[in-house]
Amino acid sequence: MSRIQSTFATLKQQGKTALIPYITAGDPHPKHTVNLMHTLVKHGADMIELGVPFSDPMADGPVIQRASERALVHKVGLTAVLDMVKTFRQTDQKTPIILMGYANPIEAIGATVFADRAKAADVDGIITVDYPPEECGGFVKELRARDIDPVFLLSPTTEPKRVEIIVNQASGFVYYVSLKGVTGAANLNIEEVSERVASIRKQTNLPVGVGFGIRDAATAKATAAIADAVVVGSRMVQTIEASNDDNLLDNVATLMTELKTAVDAAKK
Amino acid sequence: MQLYDMPDARGHFGQYGGTFVAETLVEALEELRVMYEKYRHDPEFLAEYHYDLKHFVGRPSPIYHAKRLSDKVGGAQIYLKREDLNHTGAHKINNTIGQALLAKRMGKPRVIAETGAGQHGVATATIAARLGLECVVYMGSEDVKRQAPNVFRMKLLGATVVPVESGSKTLKDALNEAMRDWVTNVHNTFYIIGTVAGPHPYPMMVRDFQAVIGDEAKVQMMEMVGHQPDAVVACVGGGSNAMGIFYPYIDVPNVRLIGVEAAGHGIETGMHAAPLTANSPVGVLHGNRTYLMQDADGQIIETHSVSAGLDYPGVGPEHAWLKDIKRAEYVAITDDEAMAAFHNLCRTEGIIPALESSHALAYAEKLAKTMSKDQIILVNLSGRGDKDINTVAKLANITL
Ligand SMILES: Cc1ncc(COP(=O)(O)O)c(C=O)c1O
Repeated sequence: MSRIQSTFATLKQQGKTALIPYITAGDPHPKHTVNLMHTLVKHGADMIELGVPFSDPMADGPVIQRASERALVHKVGLTAVLDMVKTFRQTDQKTPIILMGYANPIEAIGATVFADRAKAADVDGIITVDYPPEECGGFVKELRARDIDPVFLLSPTTEPKRVEIIVNQASGFVYYVSLKGVTGAANLNIEEVSERVASIRKQTNLPVGVGFGIRDAATAKATAAIADAVVVGSRMVQTIEASNDDNLLDNVATLMTELKTAVDAAKK
Repeated sequence: MQLYDMPDARGHFGQYGGTFVAETLVEALEELRVMYEKYRHDPEFLAEYHYDLKHFVGRPSPIYHAKRLSDKVGGAQIYLKREDLNHTGAHKINNTIGQALLAKRMGKPRVIAETGAGQHGVATATIAARLGLECVVYMGSEDVKRQAPNVFRMKLLGATVVPVESGSKTLKDALNEAMRDWVTNVHNTFYIIGTVAGPHPYPMMVRDFQAVIGDEAKVQMMEMVGHQPDAVVACVGGGSNAMGIFYPYIDVPNVRLIGVEAAGHGIETGMHAAPLTANSPVGVLHGNRTYLMQDADGQIIETHSVSAGLDYPGVGPEHAWLKDIKRAEYVAITDDEAMAAFHNLCRTEGIIPALESSHALAYAEKLAKTMSKDQIILVNLSGRGDKDINTVAKLANITL
């Protein structure tokens, strides 16, 4: 059983929903990333989604675009991100790490070499935004062969027939993107999300995470009641953006505590 | 008979092309693919398209024998396919009409576009005005500064121009921003991509709409000289004017197809926009797999060309395929060589070419010298240079 799978299994026994914060590696500066990751875990992260900076983040809104640009000033690419995960693992062998990024940095290294390096760094899951299942069969095999979970996105426009194709390729969990649009866009409609999640559950036993548009305790709590994992991205990055070197970890800790309390208070 | 039958049903040209997009766009592209399949051979749709090409654009564009240029250069005869004479001044309008008519049939009242030099933006704004569609054009803020007259033109035509401040603030970033708009507004919006790039079906669809250039040329060459040219030369940014003139010639034997990329300050300086000529690594950007200018981390790097329309780090996937199967050849021309060819055509023929097209002209001059007087080079003169006079003046330290 992969680290992601066993984390979900444990949470399920406890009747809990996973809280998954997203940060972009190297934002606001590479020296902070590993500390930030430990802070996230200390204050309630069950897993971490770690963004790989890319020059052309087509599916991201302005908040995460800026995070990518801040990281790229320091030339943080896929190799540097894998090194950060390695460092993190020296003191945390328990928390699943899911890399989220775009296809080209992986293509530049090559699928097989990348999968080897991700395994060596002890990465648990990969979300590649612009690799739909039809285009990445070989890559998924390389990941699966190393017990790394390929995590796929489902959107409000994904037809049931496609959901079938996607859940057959995915492992670990599936990630329902609760909005039409880019990351950081407007507010989510919880009733609509609830219906969609219920319909996805008819097609798969994989845990269902929900992200995009969760920005405070209220939305986190409402989402936690219907999902197996709550992903908080743009709000996390906004907090990082608004901080300085001195209050960065405190501000992130405060936000995490607020979100964790909300997620744990949700009635399932 | 057409033997060449690329791409496959999923938009692959060998390992190139495809549909590399976020899940949020998959359904929209599927809808577009189905609608394009429905209309691409529909007589009524094609009649409407060809009506506008004739009466609104002024097609067919003539082929012109550039005799004085040919004599001056020495060697092969240079013929020009005059896309510069189209309404709005370039080949771009052939494609925007096709896509806008499709948008209308799909019931989308709003069209969006990305633009670099502004030619595609102007062509989109033009057809949007003609059809009564709302039009939003994304343009890198650097390009907004460099191409002020085209920005004003788009505004006159009723379009909203949105300056893009992210990344390198140029064409590729405008494309990113247009994609973001599209994911958000897909219910009422049609994205008119300006070149043979993007996810399937765009590279195929844009090629098909531009193929009118080559279709006409094949007929016109027979009328003028009784045979086909020995070589067809076109500039390659994303590659739409080149695909448009190459495609009908792919199955014609003994016609060399030559794509001319922008070598900028020189391939060896790294400051260029010539991923095919430089043999850049293969990667994924803007929805397709192709040759791509990038660093070791897979980050897209900044390109350089004196002509904004060629300033793009990737290239349409079909060109990547034609390079690999060796059906087309790809070469590059520096800023200086293109400028020389620009002035040459102005003075010898009374035609001010676009800086993009000047790259094709510069290579045709080189090639002509190696050929005999009875051979023919057909150059796709993709656009006129009126839009470029500020750039040319600035290079000569002249204030207009
Ligand atoms: C006149 C002209 N030629 C060529 C191009 C390059 O585009 P493509 O390679 O798609 O033909 C442009 C783009 O702006 C253009 O304006």
